Amino acid sequence: MTSTRDKTGRPVVVVTGMGVVTSLGAGKTENWKKLTAGESGLRTIKRFSTEGLRTTVAGTVDFVEADPMCAPALSHNLAQLAAEEAVSQSGIGAKGDFPGPLFLAVAPVEIEWPQRAELAKAAGANAEVGYDDLIRASATGQFQKFNELFMFGSIADHLADRFGTRGSPVSLSTACASGATAIQLGVEAIRRGEADAALCIGTDGSVNIESLVRFSLLSALSTQNDPPQAAAKPFAKNRDGFVMAEGAGALVLESLDSARARGATILGVLAGCGEMADSFHRTRSSPDGKPIIGCIRNALDDAGITPDDIDYINPHGTGTPENDKMESKGVMAVFGERARQIPMSSNKSMIGHTLSAAGAVEAVFTLLTIEHGRLPPTINYAMPDPEIPLDVVPNTARDAQVRYAISNSFGFGGQNVSLVMAREPA
Amino acid sequence: MTDPARDACITGIGIVSCLGEGPDAHWDRLMRGETHVDDTVFAPYSVHPIVPLDYDKQIPKKGDQRQMEAWQRIGTYAAGLALDSAGIKGNADVLARTDMIVAAGGGERDLAADGAILTAMKDAADPDSVLNARLMSDIRPTLFLAQLSNLLAGNISIVHGVTGSSRTFMGEEAAGVDAVRIACSRINAGQSEVALVGGSYNGERKDSLMLLEFGNLLLKGGYAPVWERASGGAVLGSLGAFLVIESRAHAQARGARILARIAQVLSERARPDQLADASALRALWERTSGAVRKGEAAMFSAATGVAPATAAERAFLAALPDLPVRATETYIGHANEAQFTMNLALAAIALGHGTVFPPKDGTGLEKPMTGPLKQVVVASVGLWRGAGMALVEAS
Repeated sequence: MTSTRDKTGRPVVVVTGMGVVTSLGAGKTENWKKLTAGESGLRTIKRFSTEGLRTTVAGTVDFVEADPMCAPALSHNLAQLAAEEAVSQSGIGAKGDFPGPLFLAVAPVEIEWPQRAELAKAAGANAEVGYDDLIRASATGQFQKFNELFMFGSIADHLADRFGTRGSPVSLSTACASGATAIQLGVEAIRRGEADAALCIGTDGSVNIESLVRFSLLSALSTQNDPPQAAAKPFAKNRDGFVMAEGAGALVLESLDSARARGATILGVLAGCGEMADSFHRTRSSPDGKPIIGCIRNALDDAGITPDDIDYINPHGTGTPENDKMESKGVMAVFGERARQIPMSSNKSMIGHTLSAAGAVEAVFTLLTIEHGRLPPTINYAMPDPEIPLDVVPNTARDAQVRYAISNSFGFGGQNVSLVMAREPA
Repeated sequence: MTDPARDACITGIGIVSCLGEGPDAHWDRLMRGETHVDDTVFAPYSVHPIVPLDYDKQIPKKGDQRQMEAWQRIGTYAAGLALDSAGIKGNADVLARTDMIVAAGGGERDLAADGAILTAMKDAADPDSVLNARLMSDIRPTLFLAQLSNLLAGNISIVHGVTGSSRTFMGEEAAGVDAVRIACSRINAGQSEVALVGGSYNGERKDSLMLLEFGNLLLKGGYAPVWERASGGAVLGSLGAFLVIESRAHAQARGARILARIAQVLSERARPDQLADASALRALWERTSGAVRKGEAAMFSAATGVAPATAAERAFLAALPDLPVRATETYIGHANEAQFTMNLALAAIALGHGTVFPPKDGTGLEKPMTGPLKQVVVASVGLWRGAGMALVEAS
């Protein structure tokens, strides 16, 4: 039997439960089936009017309800769905009694336009509406429910309540790397011996009018709306931006000791985490690629492996001209000549960019890729980009044995996180 | 027992608030029992406004300043002060290894744009179409970046070159406690050598007042010290507070001055009812008190003034006669995510002076302290949820 400690004497961290929700559906089975069939979950937005907008496509999760429909309520419901699946698969603890901390990657919360308009109406201002009016309406006590709904910590608090996680639930944001950071925090807590298990979730239900407009004004989104399924084109020469999407991924992390002691099925190993912040620009990566390269190398070092050990890359692969170019440069710098032979497919071609959830959703998909020995494709890859001479598993899934895989997540604000995952403890 | 080389030590303090800039300005005002509060600008609400700052001193590029909203400017400024204080500003080698954890809210709104859009929507036949058109035309593209929670950390990376790692915790007061707790745990465990931890808050915002008024959480009708707020309520304060925390081994190796040691940080989820009756605080105290030495310690309460939690906390603290109490919010106000690191900074400053500042409390809970100060218990209670407690000791 292999050791329950890694090469540097730290507890080995394994995954014993996973859950996922995306625009493709709820649960690992449905997602995996569609993902390997090259199906897209992207669609024309129906949730709100897109009149006058440049982008009308998103990967909304329309089959999950929220009341009122707003990012915190939907993000909560998505997270809960994914976590139920993960905790139930893991069989850890008892119902409502999870024996470890909660790390939740979640979009920043704020009051949204329907609520703002509701307040304005209640304030009954005659001519111009201003914040004095909104405060007056707020102070009536009539909108007490908004207090909790729009606090940053409320989603995590409600999940902690439901799953009975221990200690103070941590809500975090590293922008589009958030999901990976949640996993990293869980890995670190287990390695410190603070906990035998951690519930790590990334969730995002923030496809609303203002979020869409914000990304649109930064020219980050694809505007090729028709057909919506073809909007996300990672690594293709005609890629023109990412597609906003919703979803949640949840992982039960556990020390190998704990998993073995209770006879749990081990789904995979969280072998290493790396990060490196970029000080170049708020939305663009350093032209020398150093932070991305350093981030990937840090993850490999942390896992105690070399670039030669990696059999599959689950890239950030958003489909923006900038990200895919810089990420490919980084991959080629780290993996050298071998980069061309390592398959690297973007889940975002099918599910869009699930933002705060992406790191967790794609960690689940990476572990499924390892487990099934099958690589999901990068769809919508019709025009190869000569600047990206890599094997993106174009358009069709294929079989491959994967011992070690790496998943990258990068975000605005210079956030870079990479996770190394493996099938079996080393 | 933990290895002393892995002690989490404070080696840098960067603070700005209504009391001024830096440890000395804060200490002078606290010793004189002074605060600065404005009862008129946001009447009936009071706020502790940020002291005027020359942002050029810590954020040299005007272009960077323009990319930030006030909370980010305050925080980036305070972070720069902390790096200066620790002697690592501009030290590329150390900054490339510095692990940053920022506790942040965000979402600072363009109030004029929001008001204009709501006005236009009010009588429109098709409000959705008005909303879309106005959002596309009225919102500054860069405003998004000034609102994103993790962009305080992003700005600190850009302006000060902190690149070891960058994580942002959200979730009001508890985010500040967990940021410090996890930074210290990583240092204790050898996962990190040096960290920049803190947050900032702009309390002079109508959008923040609105959010807290949903829950009737704000003091109305004029300022009073925390324990004297009969009607209950918090007073928001603008402030920024960052600490450089490093392992004793790392600090000693580079010859850094150790200002204080963070011996323990605890945090709990704490439901509203556990705050309302102070049972969350009591439980944390029970896990801390064993290490607290009678006559040498003080308690920095994070009482917010909100009813009934503050009254319950007052009753709990009144039953601890050997522990002089100071409510720091009396001086600097409530600053959500940034509160805890600010209180840790004030604790480290008091420990450096070996004494605590005088009481400012007409109810008699806060007692003068004579003995030399060697330990400060720093508490945290949320307006809605979350509680924490740290034990800070003289170096």
